Amino acid sequence: MNTTEYKWITPFNIIAGIILAFGVVATVMRFGFGLSAVTNLDDNNPWGIWISFDLLCGVALAAGGYVTTSAIYLFGYKKYQAAVRPALLTAFLGYAFVVVALHFDVGRPWRLPYPLFVSQGPTSVLFEIGLCVFLYLTVLFIEFTPAAFEWLGMKKARNIVHKATIALTIMGVVLSTMHQSSLGALYLIVPSKVHPLWYSDYLPVFFFVSSTVAGLSMVIFEGSISHKFIHEKMSDEYLGIHDTFVFSFARAASFVLLAYFVIKVIGVAADNNWHYLATGYGSWFLVEMLGFVLLPCMLYGIAAREKNMALAKWTSLLAVLGIVVNRFNVSLVAFNYKLDSADRYFPSFWEIVVSVFVVTLLILTFRWISRRMAIFSEHPDFQGDH
Amino acid sequence: MLRRTFLGLLGATAAGLAAGKPAAAAANTHFGGYPDAKGVLFDGTRCIGCRKCEGKCNEVNELKAPEKPFDDLTVLDEKRRTNQYAYTVVNKYEVEGAGSVFRKIQCNHCMEPACASACFVSAFKKEPSGAVSYNESVCVGCRYCMVACPFYVPAYSYDDPITPKVIKCTLCDPLIASGKRTIPGCVEACPKEALVYGKRDELLKIANERIHRNPDRYVDHIYGETEMGGTNWLYLSGVPFDEIGLDTHLGTTPAPKFTKGALGAVAMVVGIWPVLLGGIYGVTKVTRNEATKARMDAVADAIATTKAEDAATLKSAMDKAAADKAATVEREVKKALAEAAKAQEAAEGEEG
Ligand code: SF4
Ligand code: SF4
Ligand code: SF4
Repeated sequence: MNTTEYKWITPFNIIAGIILAFGVVATVMRFGFGLSAVTNLDDNNPWGIWISFDLLCGVALAAGGYVTTSAIYLFGYKKYQAAVRPALLTAFLGYAFVVVALHFDVGRPWRLPYPLFVSQGPTSVLFEIGLCVFLYLTVLFIEFTPAAFEWLGMKKARNIVHKATIALTIMGVVLSTMHQSSLGALYLIVPSKVHPLWYSDYLPVFFFVSSTVAGLSMVIFEGSISHKFIHEKMSDEYLGIHDTFVFSFARAASFVLLAYFVIKVIGVAADNNWHYLATGYGSWFLVEMLGFVLLPCMLYGIAAREKNMALAKWTSLLAVLGIVVNRFNVSLVAFNYKLDSADRYFPSFWEIVVSVFVVTLLILTFRWISRRMAIFSEHPDFQGDH
Repeated sequence: MLRRTFLGLLGATAAGLAAGKPAAAAANTHFGGYPDAKGVLFDGTRCIGCRKCEGKCNEVNELKAPEKPFDDLTVLDEKRRTNQYAYTVVNKYEVEGAGSVFRKIQCNHCMEPACASACFVSAFKKEPSGAVSYNESVCVGCRYCMVACPFYVPAYSYDDPITPKVIKCTLCDPLIASGKRTIPGCVEACPKEALVYGKRDELLKIANERIHRNPDRYVDHIYGETEMGGTNWLYLSGVPFDEIGLDTHLGTTPAPKFTKGALGAVAMVVGIWPVLLGGIYGVTKVTRNEATKARMDAVADAIATTKAEDAATLKSAMDKAAADKAATVEREVKKALAEAAKAQEAAEGEEG
């Protein structure tokens, strides 16, 4: 494309380069010497940040795909059509890199297809997640192909996929509902290991509802970042709808956060866990509930009402952080709460390196694709064809 | 139209909630266990913490020899758990009024194992013999089994890059099945008969009898009889079980029940969601079409009205203009007449 005057030495590229270098070292260590060479995992703490962040947060934050496609194709927000592709690309890459990260985490990554093709474990929540993620990744891939087909000039293929939009969207929502909630259901099997304030029969509902918040917020957040860096690739149509689109999503997120807050309170009430609120864990639970649920709920409401773009963007960051806090709380802070502090887990330097490495790869891929294919704009040959 | 969209959304929310409905409504089957299933009874009042069971286990399972030999009892000063080189460990607990109390731990061979329920490749199996077996050849190494086990039993060989695996007590089942042994290594090695190998039913009888005969010596509870739906390894103790590191808050619900509801709800999602979403799509599409039509009508109306209004305005403007014109003409005429009259007067004055 713009090879002639592309500047390689930019602060962004330098930082990315350093991260990639560390990532390669970590990768060699992980696959050359085993998990113990890079992680702080042990027999009491089999899951670390590669599950908490890369899997749980990764999947939740990639919810923008089903949230956006269902809003636009199913719930009639057709006018925001131009927002579909960025959301789909983010979701597809999000899931793809979740799978990449899992290759680091599981002991024998080359066996990852086993649950599907070799030996099924249908009683396992993880089996269902694996199946859904595999299918959804396929759906996302197909949903995204029109952009690639346009880029490659394959009109026929592009039009065939285009016709299946509604069916694909519905499949995407079904699969997302299933695995988003099932990520919470993973912890249902260990009521004795997860602190009562975070353990609830409603964990799957909590995870699903909060995933829609994550999806809405990520679309807003990621949109504002892309705005800054890929502006020149954005069509007038995209730029034109961008503001109203953000406010619609902010309003929606505000409502869902309110609902989420209410069902979380119901969760505490259902198990009569009020007395735990007076403990140290209780204070932290309140921080999560007030600072990362109620606060963004209100800020989103205000931003949408007053059409305050800056506030909407900052709130999306807060809400995204809130999801990360929640997933970390369930899977690390509340998990194994009965163990002595000496037996608890804290991530190693190299575990963090791998997580950052995977995110960097994702961003670089996103940038590479959105600079080449029609993501933030319509392909000239297919304008107005929805 | 608004009401219909709203109802659609409402239905969707209800389905979402149903999707997470807890296990309470799930099928109430209870697995009573295989009739001939065997297990081991551990009697904490007899155990002297000699670690002979640990040594024998290490030997029969051909595990790596530890740094400190098995007759080194200083090892007991530390709280240990099972790991990749130890299927079983004995811990020492200082209990008020009872002095040093010892407790052996290993896989409890649950009747409805959490590990088996959690494994997404079905690597674990509850065997009719009573043992919970593990099949390394399909294991992916996700370690969900370790997360799921309420007793913190399975270990993992994290330092193995090529063939890492989950490691736990086998109840010596493969050795017994192949005729190499008749009873588990640890049971054979115990000098104090703190361990008894036998059918679970009979072990329960023995345990009850011991409690019955010596009510002062024992806590009136057989740990493992009902915990997590029951285990094939059973424990007797002279001190409260939570003082020897056994979790007494596990409840009697077998692990698979906790996730059954959620897994059942998945089927509901598959069944209900597409219909609902399709419905919502239909409604919004109709709505959209109606809206489009309404908009068209409105536009047509607007155009018509505007046209009419335009005509009216034009007419009034014309009328006004006409009137204006008339007035102007009149005024001008008047003015001209007045001027003419003035001029005439002036002329008459000059003349006169
Ligand atoms: S004790 Fe743990 S590893 Fe052993 S059978 Fe029960 S759940 Fe599985
Ligand atoms: S680590 Fe292996 S045995 Fe354990 S749940 Fe995963 S696949 Fe199954
Ligand atoms: S061999 Fe018997 S007495 Fe010795 S530690 Fe083991 S169970 Fe206790």
